[in-house]
Amino acid sequence: MEQDCIVRIQNLNKTFRGRAGEVVALDGINLDIRRGEIFGIIGLSGAGKSTLVRCINFLERPTEGTVEVDGQELGTLTEKELREARHSMGMIFQQFNLLQQRTALQNICFPLEIAGMKKAEAAERARALLDVVSLSDRADNYPSQLSGGQQQRVAIARALATNPKILLCDEATSALDPTTTRSILALLKDINRKLGITIIVITHEMAVIEEICQRVAIIDSSRIAEVGPVEQVFTRPQSAMARQLIYPDGKRDKLATGKHYCRIVFDGNSSFEPVVSNMVLECKAPVNIMFADTKDIDGRAYGQMILQLPEDERAARRALAYLETQNVHVEEGDADAFT
Amino acid sequence: MLSPELWAQSLWETLYMVIVSTAVSYLIGLPLGLLLVVTDKGGIRPMPALNTVLGVIVNILRSIPFLILAVMITPMTRAIAGKAIGTTAMIVPLTVAAAPYVARMVESSIKEVPFGVIEAAQSMGASPWQIVWKVLVPEAKPSLMVGGAISIVTILGYSAMAGFIGGGGLGTVAVNYGYNRYNFEIMLVAVIIIVIVVQIFQVCGMWLARHLDKRNR
Repeated sequence: MEQDCIVRIQNLNKTFRGRAGEVVALDGINLDIRRGEIFGIIGLSGAGKSTLVRCINFLERPTEGTVEVDGQELGTLTEKELREARHSMGMIFQQFNLLQQRTALQNICFPLEIAGMKKAEAAERARALLDVVSLSDRADNYPSQLSGGQQQRVAIARALATNPKILLCDEATSALDPTTTRSILALLKDINRKLGITIIVITHEMAVIEEICQRVAIIDSSRIAEVGPVEQVFTRPQSAMARQLIYPDGKRDKLATGKHYCRIVFDGNSSFEPVVSNMVLECKAPVNIMFADTKDIDGRAYGQMILQLPEDERAARRALAYLETQNVHVEEGDADAFT
Repeated sequence: MLSPELWAQSLWETLYMVIVSTAVSYLIGLPLGLLLVVTDKGGIRPMPALNTVLGVIVNILRSIPFLILAVMITPMTRAIAGKAIGTTAMIVPLTVAAAPYVARMVESSIKEVPFGVIEAAQSMGASPWQIVWKVLVPEAKPSLMVGGAISIVTILGYSAMAGFIGGGGLGTVAVNYGYNRYNFEIMLVAVIIIVIVVQIFQVCGMWLARHLDKRNR
């Protein structure tokens, strides 16, 4: 083993017996998760990612295959040993799953009580954890008095209470708004760095992976489609599912293929001003540069460029209207006029 | 009209019957209800055979009308209480009728606890026993209180019916003095007292449920 793996999943299958016969949730999963990394698992809903994360702490028992956590094969453990092993794995959920009849502090005490810690000692540790998630002033609030983000912070503190080595996050930010999502992700990153806890993140949002993960596995209809470092998967996606997740609207495949063309003539305006890329950003309309012959003379641009505009009529109009405000000479026409 | 002492005594008899029967019914019904949830298909310890047997027993007892049940189990009542009539004896059929009812009330309250919360407790390594006493019961407490108020009112209704078979209390007054002797006034007074007692139980139960619930603060 060239890398220190904390979770090693081998040949894992999971089938559910439902009313409509057997349903395959996971099929031949092999996955190594390294100690100390933030690992992402992404896929569309129903792909099996929630089942996969539940196989890591055996909330779901795999039908076949092995799950090894920190050198311990979970399948060989008795119920009691398994409960013991779970103390070293924290988990947070999309719906937070706090005990509604307990205060924030009492919620954090809960796993410590389960593990048999004395009440006073547990309360002391819980206070320290509330401090870690910056909620010291909310100790005596009930979940219903807290916002979604605050509830997830309490859930994180609760998951950390037993000093776990792994933190499993099942769609932990999917019920939160973008700003709160960012602050929760920042907190997770911080916990990973300061406490060295391995974090496994399940999500359907590429932005979450991009923000905090070092490596990512893409799961597509019960199988792993692709695993690799996040930059690599982002820049050179190998699988169809990866491409679909990274370019959800199929932006790459359908670039400008429209019939509208235009010629822009640069007649000495500043060459430091990126007219074309500004237009793309401003109008959110992709264009294709068909021909360009420009010269930069003493910081001023001279020459011309022929652009293929988006097929969508309104997008093309918007792009033209934008160019006309930009101090360049614009001529429009169809393909024959310019090629 | 009856003497105030007789009214007071029959009210006391009714309260005694109802409160003791409710207490004993919960002693049996609470664990039974919990067992029904825990051993259910999606429960934390599925035991289909046990679950089915318990479910069938509960359903049979629940489907027999109270008066018929009370008469049917007279030998059992006599064996346990030493006699078949009177308030103490009535506690036996009241409990037999109410415990399965209570079990179903408990079952439905416990099933209101979201599965995610149970799963979270499991992920922390909680045992089934810990999940029952540290998660299910405390989280369902407000709903259990509401169920308690409903159950006690039902048991009060049964206890009034017991008047027909010599159960004592307000039911007996209504039957013996009101129904058998065509004294409408006495029947009306007995009914009014029962209605007031029901109101008190209901209001207290709801108040407790609301004040115990930390969800709407």
